[in-house]
Amino acid sequence: MERLIFLIVCLGAFAFFFKNIFRLVATICLGRAENRFDNLWSRCGSMFAYGFGQLRVIQKKFGYNHYFLFWGFMTLVLVNFEFLLNGIFPEFSLDFMGVLYVLLKFAADIMSLVVLGCVVLAIARRLFFRPYFIDQTADAFFILCMVGALMIAYFGQHACEIKLGHLEGGMKMPIAWALSNFFSAESAGSLARVFWWIHALVLLFFMNYLPYSKHLHVLTAIPNCFFRSKDMVATVPRLQFKKGEEFGISKVIQFRWKDLLDFMSCTECGRCQEVCPASNTQKTLNPKEMVHQGKVNLFTNSKAVFATRPADMLAPAPKDARMSVPLINGSDKSVSRKAIWDCTTCGACMQVCPVFIEHAPKIVQMRQHLVMEKAEFPEELIALFENSEQRSNPWGIAPSDRAKWAAELNVPMITEGVQAEYLFYVGCAGAFDSRARQVTTALTKILNAAGVSWGILGNEEKCCGDSVRRLGNEYVFDKMAQANIEQLKKYGIKKIITYCPHCYTTLKNDYRQFGADFEVMHHSELISSLIAAGKISPATDSAGRVVIHDSCYLGRYNNIYEQPRAVIKACSGGRAPAEMERCREKSFCCGAGGGRMWMEELDGKRIYLERTQEALRAAPDTIAVACPYCLTMYEDGVKDEKASDRVKVKDIAEIVAASIS
Amino acid sequence: MHIVVCVKMVPDTTQVSIDPVTNTLIRDGVPFITNPYDTNAVEEAIRFKDKYGAFVTAVSMGPPNAESVLRKAVSIGTDRAILLSDRAFGGADTLATSTVLGLAIKKLNEEQPVDIVLCGKQTIDGDTAQVGPGIARRMNITQLTLVDEVISVNTEKKTIRVRRKLENYHEIIETKLPVMMTVEREINTPRYPTVPGRLHSDEVRVEVWSNAQLKLDTATIGLPGSPTQVRRIFAPEREQGEIMMGEGPDCSKAVEAFFEKLLDRDIVHV
Ligand SMILES: Cc1cc2nc3c(=O)[nH]c(=O)nc-3n(C[C@H](O)[C@H](O)[C@H](O)COP(=O)(O)OP(=O)(O)OC[C@H]3O[C@@H](n4cnc5c(N)ncnc54)[C@H](O)[C@@H]3O)c2cc1C
Ligand code: SF4
Ligand code: SF4
Repeated sequence: MERLIFLIVCLGAFAFFFKNIFRLVATICLGRAENRFDNLWSRCGSMFAYGFGQLRVIQKKFGYNHYFLFWGFMTLVLVNFEFLLNGIFPEFSLDFMGVLYVLLKFAADIMSLVVLGCVVLAIARRLFFRPYFIDQTADAFFILCMVGALMIAYFGQHACEIKLGHLEGGMKMPIAWALSNFFSAESAGSLARVFWWIHALVLLFFMNYLPYSKHLHVLTAIPNCFFRSKDMVATVPRLQFKKGEEFGISKVIQFRWKDLLDFMSCTECGRCQEVCPASNTQKTLNPKEMVHQGKVNLFTNSKAVFATRPADMLAPAPKDARMSVPLINGSDKSVSRKAIWDCTTCGACMQVCPVFIEHAPKIVQMRQHLVMEKAEFPEELIALFENSEQRSNPWGIAPSDRAKWAAELNVPMITEGVQAEYLFYVGCAGAFDSRARQVTTALTKILNAAGVSWGILGNEEKCCGDSVRRLGNEYVFDKMAQANIEQLKKYGIKKIITYCPHCYTTLKNDYRQFGADFEVMHHSELISSLIAAGKISPATDSAGRVVIHDSCYLGRYNNIYEQPRAVIKACSGGRAPAEMERCREKSFCCGAGGGRMWMEELDGKRIYLERTQEALRAAPDTIAVACPYCLTMYEDGVKDEKASDRVKVKDIAEIVAASIS
Repeated sequence: MHIVVCVKMVPDTTQVSIDPVTNTLIRDGVPFITNPYDTNAVEEAIRFKDKYGAFVTAVSMGPPNAESVLRKAVSIGTDRAILLSDRAFGGADTLATSTVLGLAIKKLNEEQPVDIVLCGKQTIDGDTAQVGPGIARRMNITQLTLVDEVISVNTEKKTIRVRRKLENYHEIIETKLPVMMTVEREINTPRYPTVPGRLHSDEVRVEVWSNAQLKLDTATIGLPGSPTQVRRIFAPEREQGEIMMGEGPDCSKAVEAFFEKLLDRDIVHV
């Protein structure tokens, strides 16, 4: 009788569970197509390293708590499998596994205690030393209590069974065995089944509660690691501009399926919020919230789509599907416009997210909708968009002034037939911004001193379109990219040196989507290799104590951390530069990326100020940068902090040029 | 309501220079743009469309490639685009230009009565600000120049109330439609075209009217119809400035002397 009841309960629970799983899969399938089934081996590698290995989780100390919880769980999954089958077929046991089985039971016994400890720690953390980026939700406590209850019931049941002699105790299950001493023979007899049932019911309930809670990630996180983007920082997909299409994303179902899986995979760990420059300076944007809003928006709107079609259908939502809640602005289930414009696309969130959620491309695609479908954006961007399109530079300066900086420098012009190995792609800042032009000049000196074969495109050089793309104006970017590639190919350009990391990543990574395949080098890469090869030998140490800043588009986007450090080291008599508290992968944005360079920063603390203050805490004589935007931002920050007389902001090229006399 | 807006294609003058030897404009490689004032005129026309459901026709006189400025106008909502293009129209001054534009708008008026003709205040190349008033004269309608705000339109009584920006004051005028209006840049901020708008404008058919349609006497148009003749183009000499130095820590003397100079040259008034 008991078995029959259990069989019914169990079948019911599993039926409900699989129905929910099917529903989740169907929800993910609502998104647009994208191929994430390439490179299966390396995907498996990611899954093992980051899903099972929890490599990102344990990058923070408290992550070890999760690590043990996770592995406790993995062990218990097997044991619970046996437990459930055993409830239906009392003869069933995994003991055919032999020694492994003994080991498994032993591990389960130990791991249950570990999990219990982790649960207590996690509860205590949420109650007494909760970091600001973790929300205190009832859901979290409920889940933790459920896990705790499972462990207690597990021990209770096994202790009783040891007492009753059904199980062998001793060192094979040391903890349950120790606990068995607390029970008398009669109490064990009556309690064994009680514990068993508590365990069974909590387990089945837990399994079915998962999809409704933030612990949905238990099911989705591992696949999400498998399907992660293979680019350093994912960019937006290229669009086809055909009449009748919608451009950008205003409905949650317009995301690609992996984005929808992302929404479901968030663990609400808050790590993205902890590192986000916008969240850190009291802006509206909080990447964790954005992902959560995406999730509730998806679940609300998917109901409406499912209601219009057969229940067993797995297919993208129809293009004209009506949404009950808007994705952008409208309710607490939507992402606010303000948040969308706050992002600097610095990629810090994506660097720390333990489950590889891709925040920035989602934000950019929502911008695309606002810009391309609605023409609604902060008004200061109108000038940027028009200048970029009409004059191919953000300031709208006459293109005929582009090569003015080169007038007295005798710069080789590829446009005038000079044959050169490298094109020095100067970039708009390097060509027009008076401060950045000093860096351009410094780099010119280095190239000549090292005997590099180089040249420029003079007035014919065009803007790469970085800001325009990050701001969601894909239509104009698309035209700029095509025109640029065509021109570069016309001059037979194969190798390109850039000074600006934004040009760098745009030419190197974004243009790949447009069929370009240039060998692009950032000046930090080139200079460090010139120094290594002895082509230039920096002598004098002019910069004093140098603190280094990692640009987002160089570091996180392209993994360039060592080269600028090597360059500074060579110019500082072998001394490595000082580091800021947040450096390398954890570097904090200067505030100018993602097109924010061209926008007002009205809310909260200025990002550049937050970062400059951090740099100044390292007591430098020089703040070294490798990006024209960072240069502007730090110079503003140093001025605001009234430190201009004691601290200089210099590009690494300037430091080198000064030390090769 | 039918609005006709006049747009001119101009060289991006920030990029034009004058050859010091030949005293001619160096226009090589200089891109053409919509006359900036005309972008405000188009925007104002589209606002009439948004508010009163007006039908908007854009007209431009110029060479075949002037089609591009019409497409821009279409990309933000203009309903019909007409390019007045004929070799016979070439070399026109303001008089001949307004003759052609005036007649074309009269023809449009016959098809569907025109309530408002919108022009930019002036162009950035010719800079004369005469074409708008010239059109009004030829159509024999009221002209409202230098408008920086449309206050109201009464569609029943067919009246319009606008504010004009004059040198030292504003003037509010109410008058009967139809009118010709030239607009200041302050009147609005032109909207940015959406991508569906642009894709639509790429495909739209721009009507080209030549003199075969307008049938104007060739002596009244183009070079022959232009009494204005350009004698010489030159960059004005710029008077060299001067550097004034103060002495000692007290700057008040230097400031005083500085203002004396400004007053002398009529740059500031007391
Ligand atoms: C000194 C001088 C030199 C000139 N030199 C030349 C020359 O070398 N070659 C030459 O071809 N022409 C020349 N012109 C003619 C002149 O440049 C224009 O073609 C024409 O007269 C319009 O005048 P504007 O540009 O001053 O327009 P404005 O009167 O300043 O324009 C006011 C508004 O009228 C409308 N408008 C003006 N022109 C047009 C148009 N073509 N189509 C539609 N709408 C329009 C626009 O809405 C504009 O904002 C010259 C004129 C002058 C006075
Ligand atoms: S990319 Fe940077 S600014 Fe944007 S959400 Fe992520 S951390 Fe925040
Ligand atoms: S998006 Fe990633 S980093 Fe942010 S809260 Fe969710 S899981 Fe954590």
